[in-house]
Amino acid sequence: MKDRQRTETSAVPMLEVRELQSRYGRIRALKKVSVTVHGGELVALVGANGAGKTTLMRAISGVQPITGGRILFEGKDISRMNAAARVRLGIVQVPEGRRVFGAMTVEDNLRLGAISRSKNEEEEGLERAYDLFPRLKDRRRQLAGTLSGGEQQMLAIGRALMAKPRLLLMDEPSMGLSPLLVDQTFEIIQKLAAEGMTIFLVEQNAYVALSIATRGYVLEGGVTTLDGSGEALLHDPRVKEAYLGV
Amino acid sequence: MLAEFLQFLFSGLTVGAIYGLIGLGFAVIYNASHVINFAQGEFVMIGGMATVFLMKAGVPMPLAILIAIAGAAAVGWVLARFGIETARGSTVVGLIIITIGASILLRGLAQVIWDRNFHALPAFAGDTPIQILGAALLPQSLIIGTALVLTMLGLRLFFEHTRIGKAMQATAIDPLAAQLVGIDTRRIVRLSFVLSAALGAMAGVLVAPITMTYANVGVMLGLKGFAATIVGGLGNPLGAIAGGLIVGIAEAMTAGYLTSAYKDAVAFIIILFVLLFMPNGLFGRAEVTKV
Repeated sequence: MKDRQRTETSAVPMLEVRELQSRYGRIRALKKVSVTVHGGELVALVGANGAGKTTLMRAISGVQPITGGRILFEGKDISRMNAAARVRLGIVQVPEGRRVFGAMTVEDNLRLGAISRSKNEEEEGLERAYDLFPRLKDRRRQLAGTLSGGEQQMLAIGRALMAKPRLLLMDEPSMGLSPLLVDQTFEIIQKLAAEGMTIFLVEQNAYVALSIATRGYVLEGGVTTLDGSGEALLHDPRVKEAYLGV
Repeated sequence: MLAEFLQFLFSGLTVGAIYGLIGLGFAVIYNASHVINFAQGEFVMIGGMATVFLMKAGVPMPLAILIAIAGAAAVGWVLARFGIETARGSTVVGLIIITIGASILLRGLAQVIWDRNFHALPAFAGDTPIQILGAALLPQSLIIGTALVLTMLGLRLFFEHTRIGKAMQATAIDPLAAQLVGIDTRRIVRLSFVLSAALGAMAGVLVAPITMTYANVGVMLGLKGFAATIVGGLGNPLGAIAGGLIVGIAEAMTAGYLTSAYKDAVAFIIILFVLLFMPNGLFGRAEVTKV
């Protein structure tokens, strides 16, 4: 993991969120959110329930309208781009609660993940996904809704990888999973990061997220209030008090 | 006795198949957008009327039918693009009202562009009935039945074996997740209108030799198709077909054994009962639980 720090911190970050604002009707969900993710980094944003984490993820993916600020991908303003075009660019999200297509088979779920890619890439991706998650191969003809929570998590990650992400967004990967499955999920995330995947994840479970992250942010009431290395945030007294219950 | 019953059954299955095809259109659009498209009956009307007037202009029947269906599909695209998409952000009820407006507009346009008269299409395979156990079966009924079966097979292939068909399914299951995997859901909604319009127009062409067609023919046919969808469970394509057949048979039996005056009421009585006692329809889709 140490050589993740080799991040080719080129001048242009992969993702730059600048003073982003978003609202649901009158409720201001995001007031001022600024986040930078460089290529090859694993960045974690932690915050309590209702801090605006999911709203931020949705705004980056283009499924939640923004009312102010900008989102740049490799220096290019993508604030007005539609969701499908962002996936084609390589911004792919594993949504909160996994949201697999329950009434469709495991294999169809995976194949749909590659809908923005060519048929060839779809076949290659399928092979890779089955290598990474052999369990999914055993269950490929099963309906996704009949999988266990842990298997659905693998499927959701596998489906996102099918789109050949350049930036993988993960919304609350630990949600609803047993501690054992949380560990497994974060092992997969670390493995992907070690292979060079750029990952931005948001988590309520601050401890697990910050312990594997290169850098981290704290989101409070729609505002990014703290940032630093994962290690530093873990030991920051304010974070400790608010999120780690120490 | 038997001959009489068979006669009613044939006529019920024939109109029922038509209701089913129209109901299928409702289901496809509902699945993609949760909109109930009350202009569905007008697609049926366009199919029949356009075929009639193209044939009057000298176009041979098969070509006229194809052009009429393609024309209706184009109208469906326009409705999705300029009616539904322009109003993005409004509620589903708002969108449904837009489709009601579109239906009134299309009826008016049909009266202006074509006329207000009744027209018949020639039956595709002649008018000589086939005798079965004393009942007469029109060749057109066989054609309608065949068309229904082929349509179902075609749709099945489309939904389960093509990328875009699967994308439509995914959008129906979870539109947000569909967007996140990169499905352009606006395109899916457009496609659903095009497909539904084509299905409706096909139904309109098939039924025109039996019931005649006119500018307002879509009002009642659209409502019957809607009844079919409700009976079968909103958004369930196979349910819509079954619902159509049930409504059609119930209608024919009422008209035959009771009085034809109540024929049109039957569909609505069935809707009331289904909504009261089985709000998800007779074949309401079992939700697959998400963990």
